[in-house]
Amino acid sequence: MAEPLLTIDRLVKRFGGLTATDHLSLEVMPGEVHAVIGPNGAGKTTLIAQIAGELRADAGEIRFAGEDITRLPAPARSHRGLARSFQVTSLFADMTVEDNVALAVQAHDGHSFRFLADARRDARLRDPARAVLARVGLAERGQVRAAALSHGEQRQLEIALALATRPRLLLLDEPMAGMGAEESARMIERLRGIKSQVTIVLVEHDMDAVFALADRITVLVYGRAIATGRPDEIRRNAQVREAYLGDEQAAS
Amino acid sequence: MKSLDARGWTALALILLLVAVPPLARTFDQNFYLLLFTRVVIMTTAAISLNLILGYGGMVSFGHAMYVGIGAYAVGISSFHGLNDGWAQMALAMAVAAVAALAIGAMSLRTKGVYFIMITLAFAQMIYFVAVGLSRYGGDDGLTVKRRSDFGLFGLKDPAVLYYVALAVMLAALWLSWRMVNSRFGLVLRGAKSNDRRMAAIGFATYRYRLAGFVVAGTMCAVAGVLLANFSDFVSPATMHWTRSGDLIVMVVLGGMGSLFGPLFGTVAFLLLEEVLSGITEAWQIIFGPLLLALVLYARGGIDGLLAKRTERGDG
Repeated sequence: MAEPLLTIDRLVKRFGGLTATDHLSLEVMPGEVHAVIGPNGAGKTTLIAQIAGELRADAGEIRFAGEDITRLPAPARSHRGLARSFQVTSLFADMTVEDNVALAVQAHDGHSFRFLADARRDARLRDPARAVLARVGLAERGQVRAAALSHGEQRQLEIALALATRPRLLLLDEPMAGMGAEESARMIERLRGIKSQVTIVLVEHDMDAVFALADRITVLVYGRAIATGRPDEIRRNAQVREAYLGDEQAAS
Repeated sequence: MKSLDARGWTALALILLLVAVPPLARTFDQNFYLLLFTRVVIMTTAAISLNLILGYGGMVSFGHAMYVGIGAYAVGISSFHGLNDGWAQMALAMAVAAVAALAIGAMSLRTKGVYFIMITLAFAQMIYFVAVGLSRYGGDDGLTVKRRSDFGLFGLKDPAVLYYVALAVMLAALWLSWRMVNSRFGLVLRGAKSNDRRMAAIGFATYRYRLAGFVVAGTMCAVAGVLLANFSDFVSPATMHWTRSGDLIVMVVLGGMGSLFGPLFGTVAFLLLEEVLSGITEAWQIIFGPLLLALVLYARGGIDGLLAKRTERGDG
C-alpha cells in the first residue's frame, strides 16, 4: 500500500476545559478527496487550523510527506506543499483579484526583497495568476477589487489563492459556505476538475457535495474520529447515523 | 501614457509650483515663503517615509520624529567636532537611523496594534531623553550648527540651493516610494497590512519584510533630519518630541494614508494651515482640530481620497 501523504496521529488540542481535538488520528492517501464531516462544534475547523499550522497542537503528531511538521509555522508548511482555504472568506479585500492571486504565486517564487521592479508587470507572477483564475472561472474578473466580488466569486477566489501556491495537499474549509444550490452545484463541478490534480481534505456541511466528491469520509464527533470509510460505508454505519447523519437523511 | 486624474494633476501642479518657489519668492521679495516651503519639502520627505510603513504597511509608528532627530543630531554633533562634510554626515545619519530602526523594529514588530504604537512611542521617548541628557551638546537647549553641511560640489549656505537640494531629495523619496510600493516587496507590505493571516497561509513569513520596511522608512527619514538641521542651523531634543511624531502621523492621515502623493498633500496642507491659522490665533489647533476631525470623518482617504472621488465622478 502507498504511503499516506498526511498522517495525523493522536492529535490533541484543548481550549481551557474544552477538548476540541481529542486523540484524533487520520490518514490521507495521495490523490484522494478525504472529507471530514461532523456536527457543529465537532472540531473540524480546529483540525484544519492545526494541519495548516495556525494552531499549535497540545499533543500528538502531524506528518506530511514523511516529515514531522507538528512544530512548523504556517508559512513553512505552505512551502512544503500545504494550502488552505477559509470558511469565513479571508482575502486581500482592497487589492484586485489578480493582485490577490499573484501575491500567492509570489510567495512561492523566491524571496521578495525586490524593491524597484514593477511586480504588476512581472510575467513570472501574472501568467500563473491568470491561469489559476481561468481554472476557477474568474478569468474575466482579474481587475476587479476583491471586496467588490459577489459572495460566490469570493468563494472561488478563496480557492484560487490556495491553488496558486501549487499545493500537494489542499485543505478546503467549507468551500460551499453561504452558497445557493446553483452556486454549490457549480462549485462541485469545479472541485471535480481540481481533484485529479491535488489531494484534498474537504470539510463541508453540504452532504450532496461530500457524497459527490469524497473518496473517503471521516466522521468527527466531539473532536474524535468515530468512523472512517468509503461513502457507502459511512452511509450504512449505524454509529454515524445515530450521531450525525440520521436526522439529515430523514430530512432529505 | 495614461491620462492624469484629478490627484495626478494636483500633484503635478503642486510639484511645478514647488520648483518655482525660489524665483517667485525673489521676484516678489518674499523670502519668508522660501523658508516656509523649505520646511514643507523637508517634512514631506519625512512624511513620505512614514507613509511607507504607516500607509502601506499598517505599522502605526508613534516615534517617527526620532529619525528626524537622529539625522539632525548627526549634523549637529559632527559639526560641533569640526566635521562638515555633507556626504559623511549623511552616511552617518542614515547608518545610525538604520541601526536604531533595526533594533527598535525587531522588538516592536513582534507586537500588534496599540502595543506597537506604545512601544515605538516608548523607544522614541527614550532617545528623546538621551538627547536631553547630552549636556555636552546643549542638553535640553540643543546646540547651534555653526557651519552648514558641505557637499563638495555645493554647500547649503545659499537658501535657494538648500531649497533645491531638499526638493530633489523629496522627489527622489517620492520616486523611491512609488517604485517600492509597486514592487514585490511593496506588495508583501500591503498584503501584511491587509490580511496577515492569509499571508501566512499562502507562505509569507511577513515579519522580516515588515522589519525591512521599518528600516527603510527610518533611514529615509533621517535624510530629512540632516536637511532640517541645516535649515534651522540648530538642533534640539524638541525635534523628536512625541508631539512631532504626532504631527507626522497627522500629515500622513490628512493627505491620505497609503497613497503615493498623500504625504505631499498632507504636509503642504498641514504646514500652510498652521501658518495661516496661527496668524489668526495663537491657539490655532482650536480651528485645525475640527477641520482634521471633519476630514477623517467624512473623507477617510484624506485629501487624496477627496481628489480621487472627484475623478470618479468626473469620469462618469
